[in-house]
Amino acid sequence: MAAQEMNGAAVVIRALVDQGVDVVFGYPGGAVLPIYDELFKQNQLRHILVRHEQAAVHAAEGYARSTGKVGAVLVTSGPGATNAVTGLTDALMDSIPVVCLTGQVPTHLIGNDAFQEADTTGITRPCTKHNYLVKNVADLGRTIHEAFYVARSGRPGPVVVDLPKDVLQAKTTYSGGAKATTVRHRSYNPQVKGDIRRIEEAVELMAKAKRPVFYCGGGVINSGTAASQLLTQFVKLTGFPVTLTLMGLGAYPASDPQFLGMLGMHGTYEANLAMHGADLLINVGARFDDRITGRLSAFSPGSKKIHVDIDASSINKSVRVDVPIIGDVAHVLEDMIKLWKARQARPDAKALDAWWKQIDGWRARDCLKFRNSDKVIKPQYALQRLYHAIKDKDVYITTEVGQHQMWAAQFLKFEQPHRWMTSGGLGTMGYGLPSAIGVQVAHKDSLVIDVAGEASILMNIQEMSTACQYKLPVKIFILNNQWMGMVRQWQELLHGGRYSESYTDSLPDFVKLAEAFGAVGLKATKPSELDDVIAEMIKLDRTVIVDCQVDQTENCFPMIPSGAAHNEMLLGPEDEAKPVSEEGMVLV
Amino acid sequence: MSEMQKIERHTISVLVDNEPGILARVVGLFSGRGYNIESLTVAEVDAKEHFSRITVVTNGTPMIIEQIKAQLNRLVPVHKVSDLTIEAPSLERELALIKVRGTGEKRVESLRIADIFRARVVDSTIESFVFEMTGSSDKLNAFINLMQPLGLVDVSRTGVVAIARGPDAL
Ligand SMILES: Cc1cc2nc3c(=O)[nH]c(=O)nc-3n(C[C@H](O)[C@H](O)[C@H](O)COP(=O)(O)OP(=O)(O)OC[C@H]3O[C@@H](n4cnc5c(N)ncnc54)[C@H](O)[C@@H]3O)c2cc1C
Ligand SMILES: Cc1ncc(C[n+]2csc(CCOP(=O)(O)OP(=O)(O)O)c2C)c(N)n1
Ligand SMILES: [Mg+2]
Repeated sequence: MAAQEMNGAAVVIRALVDQGVDVVFGYPGGAVLPIYDELFKQNQLRHILVRHEQAAVHAAEGYARSTGKVGAVLVTSGPGATNAVTGLTDALMDSIPVVCLTGQVPTHLIGNDAFQEADTTGITRPCTKHNYLVKNVADLGRTIHEAFYVARSGRPGPVVVDLPKDVLQAKTTYSGGAKATTVRHRSYNPQVKGDIRRIEEAVELMAKAKRPVFYCGGGVINSGTAASQLLTQFVKLTGFPVTLTLMGLGAYPASDPQFLGMLGMHGTYEANLAMHGADLLINVGARFDDRITGRLSAFSPGSKKIHVDIDASSINKSVRVDVPIIGDVAHVLEDMIKLWKARQARPDAKALDAWWKQIDGWRARDCLKFRNSDKVIKPQYALQRLYHAIKDKDVYITTEVGQHQMWAAQFLKFEQPHRWMTSGGLGTMGYGLPSAIGVQVAHKDSLVIDVAGEASILMNIQEMSTACQYKLPVKIFILNNQWMGMVRQWQELLHGGRYSESYTDSLPDFVKLAEAFGAVGLKATKPSELDDVIAEMIKLDRTVIVDCQVDQTENCFPMIPSGAAHNEMLLGPEDEAKPVSEEGMVLV
Repeated sequence: MSEMQKIERHTISVLVDNEPGILARVVGLFSGRGYNIESLTVAEVDAKEHFSRITVVTNGTPMIIEQIKAQLNRLVPVHKVSDLTIEAPSLERELALIKVRGTGEKRVESLRIADIFRARVVDSTIESFVFEMTGSSDKLNAFINLMQPLGLVDVSRTGVVAIARGPDAL
């Protein structure tokens, strides 16, 4: 393509289009007006006007997680950039690829405490994978392409490109095409193929294992759809049990009998006891998060550990492993499957059989059972009914943060990757609605549901206005218990029932609130009303809020209290919480 | 104390792109993740390629040291991370400027000791010397301690620079 002369703002648009970006989530302001002017003049790039910059980043995250592409964000300098910080941190913790363009005061005013100046690269350095300040318009196109490369390569993450206004207005030449978009980086070239000797070692251990378990996570989703297929194929080949983290749900079909459910703090009895009793743990794309390991000294004490991760810093960070394999999940699994098939030796069928018997024993405890009621809606029941209504549909689920999020993880089953968007690492209340907006923008004909809590939803409720403006028929299914349920649960179990500031008085009437935005509000107060309300919600081609009024006192089980071990799980209200150790009380 | 809990001191060389913010990235990584910096030096070492070399002396358990290296390695502008403490026999040097103020016997004594330590006088007034000294950090510490009772008033140190022995580059 011939080089053309244009201003920096036009370069921004051209570079985004050359990167295959079809939509950018943003909010205007003085420093980015030149970009908005260029946006106005074209129609290749769609802009979704959010109502708060945090939501722009969450929307881009939802877009990215549900498509496998990089999400794009555009915000102004100063408050625009600082508002984006929570979203950026969220994307960093959950390894979501996002490129966020921030406006900046003109270069000659940087450092002057100029109007709406913030040290954006300074502020976002610890909450991005990388960031850039473009001081010369000649570097602009290349920098944006590099930002996309960094965001999606290796362990994905958010990248900020800070754009001083004079750079946006300066003239330069830009030539797009494959040459511009293919980045050959001087220093950042993550390794995707795993060391074959390590993979051999791993396969060797697997063939000898008596009580193996696959523990897989978000890295499988990050690696792409093929990775989930390869994982499924490999798990089936081996006959081993598999458990997934919150971030990994969908990486293996939930309906398959080899799936033990989610593990960790609110994971299933069988998954956690399998982790505890295993003699071989095969970690594929998970990071031994403290919500998984519980007390480190008691974590899976008798197992050899294999760990596949593209980020060397995830390996041996908190748990020492025996066979580290640095590489991309899909690449490594391909090699593993090849080696496994080539090998004659198979795991001891009798031992594996005994292991499955033991697991089936744990399964028989039916740890997710709850005492239903015909008077008050149990949140678990509401989700069971919701699942029943959506399970055969083309559906994407997002969540807010709290008990409802954990119940959604337990009671909604995911058969495919990229269908489940939740804030795991940062645990950002207010994530679900904007994320659902991003998902719906990417999949306009799919059913997109935000499973919400009444406290969380208020954190980004302004995005109702965005959803209505673009006629995005997202459904907000609020499990309204009038409490910050997760906080109340900890106060009940760990702080002597002193419910300090966890009750929300003066909640809005969510039906009227929906209507005020131009959406539809529905309410369910009795179990008998649930199915009709859910059916109505699904039927409506509109933005809908469902105020599902649930039992205010229900707690989320199973639960491994902080600092406890996998075999010290509380299964229900009958289980007395042991006093939590000092080590545990300091954990979050 | 088990082997895994022992605190070790490591000297790590990091080759980076000399670009704005790179030092903040490295220092921020250490402070943000609670790692220790005993000393840190940085300067451009290749003007054509715009490479800077950072030498950082840190301490921690073997697991922490491994983390530090992995974390440094994943910074985008980092080209190479090398643990000089374990990867190869290496040399470490530090430079100090040491100001000692005094007259009479003390002044003479400081000069005599400086001579033994091969410290050079780079500035002098009738009541003071500035010594320049290069060596291992331990040697610098020893000299500075000896100067204490002789009128030590000011010290400026570069921090450790290090390089592997033998013919190979980082
Ligand atoms: C209220 C609340 C309760 C929670 N309770 C639980 C719980 O009970 N159970 C639970 O599991 N979680 C729970 N979480 C979530 C938890 O905090 C962590 O976010 C989650 O466990 C991390 O998932 P992960 O290990 O899959 O890692 P992720 O954060 O998804 O990280 C992915 C890992 O894979 C690697 N990776 C990325 N791309 C690739 C690739 N292409 N190839 C190879 N590796 C790659 C990354 O380097 C990283 O190490 C909870 C969160 C909240 C807010
Ligand atoms: C932004 C933010 N602030 C505070 C918290 C701490 N927190 C975790 S869960 C929770 C309560 C959530 O209440 P609600 O949305 O009603 O969900 P529930 O637990 O009742 O299902 C709080 C305050 C958080 N995760 N995020
Ligand atoms: Mg609530």
